[in-house]
Amino acid sequence: MISLSINGKTVQLSATPDTPLLWALRDELGYTGTKFGCGISVCGACTVHVDGKPIRACVTTIEAVAGKQVTTIEAMDANRIGQALQAAWIRNDVPQCGYCQSGQIMSAAALLAQNPKPNDTDIDEAMRRTLCRCGTYNRIRAAIKDAAATLGA
Amino acid sequence: MSTNAFTTRRDFLKGSAAATGALVIGFTLPVSSRFAQAAAAAMPGQATGFAPNAFLRIAPDGQVTVICGLSEMGQGVHMGIASLVAEELDADWKSVKLEQAPVDKAYNNPLFGMQATGGSTAIRGHYEPMRMAGAAAREMLVAAAAGKWGVDAAACRTQEGRVMGPDGKSAGYGELVAAASKLPVPQNPSLKDPRDFRILGKGLTRIDTPAKVDGSAGFGIDVQLPGLLTAVMVHAPVPGATIVSVDDAAAKAIPGVKQVVQIPQGVAVLAEGYWIALKGRDALVVKWDDGPLGSLSSADISKLLHEATKKPGAVARNEGDVSVAVAKTVEAVYEAPYLAHACMEPMNCTAWVSAGKAEVWAPTQAPGPNQGIVAQLTGLPPEKVQVHTTYLGGGFGRRFAPDFIIASTLISKAAGVPVKLVYTREDDMRAWFYRPASVTRFTAGLDAAGNPVSLTARVASPALSIAAGFTKELPKGVDEFAIEGIGDMLYAFPNLRVEYAQAEPGVPLWFWRSVGHSQNVYFIEAFIDEVAAAAGKDPVEFRRSLLSKQPRLRGVLDLAAQKAGWGSPLPQGVHRGVAITNCFGSFVAQVAEVSMDASGKPRVHRIVAAVDCGRTVNPDVIHRQVEGAIVYGLSAALHEKITFQNGRVEQSNFNDYPMLRMDEMPRVEVHIVPSTEAPGGIGEPGLPPATPAVVNAIFAATGKRVRTLPI
Ligand code: FES
Ligand code: FES
Repeated sequence: MISLSINGKTVQLSATPDTPLLWALRDELGYTGTKFGCGISVCGACTVHVDGKPIRACVTTIEAVAGKQVTTIEAMDANRIGQALQAAWIRNDVPQCGYCQSGQIMSAAALLAQNPKPNDTDIDEAMRRTLCRCGTYNRIRAAIKDAAATLGA
Repeated sequence: MSTNAFTTRRDFLKGSAAATGALVIGFTLPVSSRFAQAAAAAMPGQATGFAPNAFLRIAPDGQVTVICGLSEMGQGVHMGIASLVAEELDADWKSVKLEQAPVDKAYNNPLFGMQATGGSTAIRGHYEPMRMAGAAAREMLVAAAAGKWGVDAAACRTQEGRVMGPDGKSAGYGELVAAASKLPVPQNPSLKDPRDFRILGKGLTRIDTPAKVDGSAGFGIDVQLPGLLTAVMVHAPVPGATIVSVDDAAAKAIPGVKQVVQIPQGVAVLAEGYWIALKGRDALVVKWDDGPLGSLSSADISKLLHEATKKPGAVARNEGDVSVAVAKTVEAVYEAPYLAHACMEPMNCTAWVSAGKAEVWAPTQAPGPNQGIVAQLTGLPPEKVQVHTTYLGGGFGRRFAPDFIIASTLISKAAGVPVKLVYTREDDMRAWFYRPASVTRFTAGLDAAGNPVSLTARVASPALSIAAGFTKELPKGVDEFAIEGIGDMLYAFPNLRVEYAQAEPGVPLWFWRSVGHSQNVYFIEAFIDEVAAAAGKDPVEFRRSLLSKQPRLRGVLDLAAQKAGWGSPLPQGVHRGVAITNCFGSFVAQVAEVSMDASGKPRVHRIVAAVDCGRTVNPDVIHRQVEGAIVYGLSAALHEKITFQNGRVEQSNFNDYPMLRMDEMPRVEVHIVPSTEAPGGIGEPGLPPATPAVVNAIFAATGKRVRTLPI
């Protein structure tokens, strides 16, 4: 049994140690907000935080994160940055199909945690690996700036 | 959590059977009233006014629920439908909820005659009917209030969920539903004058947004059921390939693998969860007989299409005589590749076939037709098949196809358990549903003064209308999808001929966002630019001169040119290109600003779009749909192609089928032409001009024409 903390709760996983965190979250624990897009670390749909850092849950085994703190989209309303981003996402009406948006918000949260006032280049650099097929990039950019402004206020 | 969408609907079905006092408008779409009647007749025992042919429900607490049979795939249709109903109802927008409808003929898309979403038809087909549904309810609530107060209905008005009577009397809709539900449903309610709209035409936050920022929105892939197994399949590597042998010993030896099921489409491994199912799938050894397409190659396909443009084709349009003498000719051949849709949510479907009934939960654009398909596959009558439409993680036409629903149904039927079939990204990319490749040969003739005299276009492409099962034989030998965008273009060439040369490499085809326009508008708009250059004319002026009888198209061209500052100086190295289209009942022009980097790669800085889509329902939705369509088009222009070798698809995932990323995203401006015309489509018309506007800007920057995609 591998034990780790998900959104502040300690859980025991019965999945085999080589199981990617993505599938343990979705299939064993029912945290379906984290999405499957590519499975090979190129789309960012599965982005979660491990000890505060963004990682790709589709290629990170549960063994590799045993004993660590995992945060998913489901807990983003429990911290200041997450709240600011979700509010900015709603104000800017960012999502279209919405499928990529958990990963977008998790990537943006990691960016703001380490850079409270990102400029366009910082945003490009932090977000360019998180794909959106519906083309919401400009609204994502606006919402990140909006969230940064409310956090700085 | 993710299953809320389904719980809510079940509660609704249960709760509504016992619904006491709630006002339910079983209003029938005028064009499909006979279906609605048939549906009501097929449901004996249901209280009148509460068959699932309802679009609207008002609870005693004033909560308004709009029931929508169209699929939400990001285009904002839930918002659009809810706002149409809410406008005429004079609802308090904050109290409006949306519920996804089950399959019922009452929810047929009037433009398709089936319950399906696509072709930018949602608002075009529902603009009036949904307003009527809201208006009918409003009239009933007013009549109920008037009766209660003993006043004339004409003395009452409505505002944000309340009826106001004379002498300061007022009642919330919730208080009136018991009385209103006893009244007859007016068949011809009067509609508002659009000048009085309070909700339509305003930018409101979408009703699906909150669930899409906290992970709670329920997509197909999120469906959870007791006892559910996940299936991952080995799919046929080549269309038409058949299974020779299956060795599943290694797969079955993996702890957690529950079953291996063979169906005509492939072999599925079932397990508790995706990861074990995937491991099992990868351990299968399946031998295939490739069949006739085992030697398919992109080089051969390209040659076939090019050759086809060298012989006369079926005549799709012929005006004047293109053999007239001209002073100068311009010739060019354009080519576009096969494309995948690459929806962010890979194809998936949950099916549960049990004794006497079947249920599927699917991110589908076509719940109606799929009900019939599942009925056929299971031998059940359609009324024993329930199709639950989830949120769609992208559609773009791909989710009109039934492949994932068919396969999951067959697997569940064989396995006897509920099954969620999930395509890996690679399965999704290689599922053989592609936008057709196409080659078009153009010849244009100019007179000595540079005036356009003639245009000939010969389009060579496989026939999508046959591949998609619309028809077995092409009317007059012409595939309407292969030529749309060229065959119906509005430029006034005195002599014009459009031909279609059917060429069938055998690759299965499917509808891709904006369908034939996606390649044909690129072809024609890039070529028109070549003709303008040969005539020595400015690209905008040249187009204007050919559009004197097309005020709406010329209107968007002028607006885009003006907003983009056409002709004004640009920063060093930045150049403009323009393109226009008329499709899906709308008119769009775009101006792109592009520079070339040191390695010769284009960088798109800005796209200015002007849109005339008739009367607007929600300007914000229009902005987003046009912006999204531009990204989809640009992504294809810059990066995407599906190619074949030895019958196999060469691309597999987003590493080798890249798409546009944040750092390549141009600024996008969308300007809407105010209009009182009937609403046009908006999900697709923004796409076709993006590519030609960019390649025309590349010509302005480099003097080189881009005649093959990706750039
Ligand atoms: S699913 Fe993990 S990066 Fe795409
Ligand atoms: S909103 Fe659909 S993929 Fe991003």
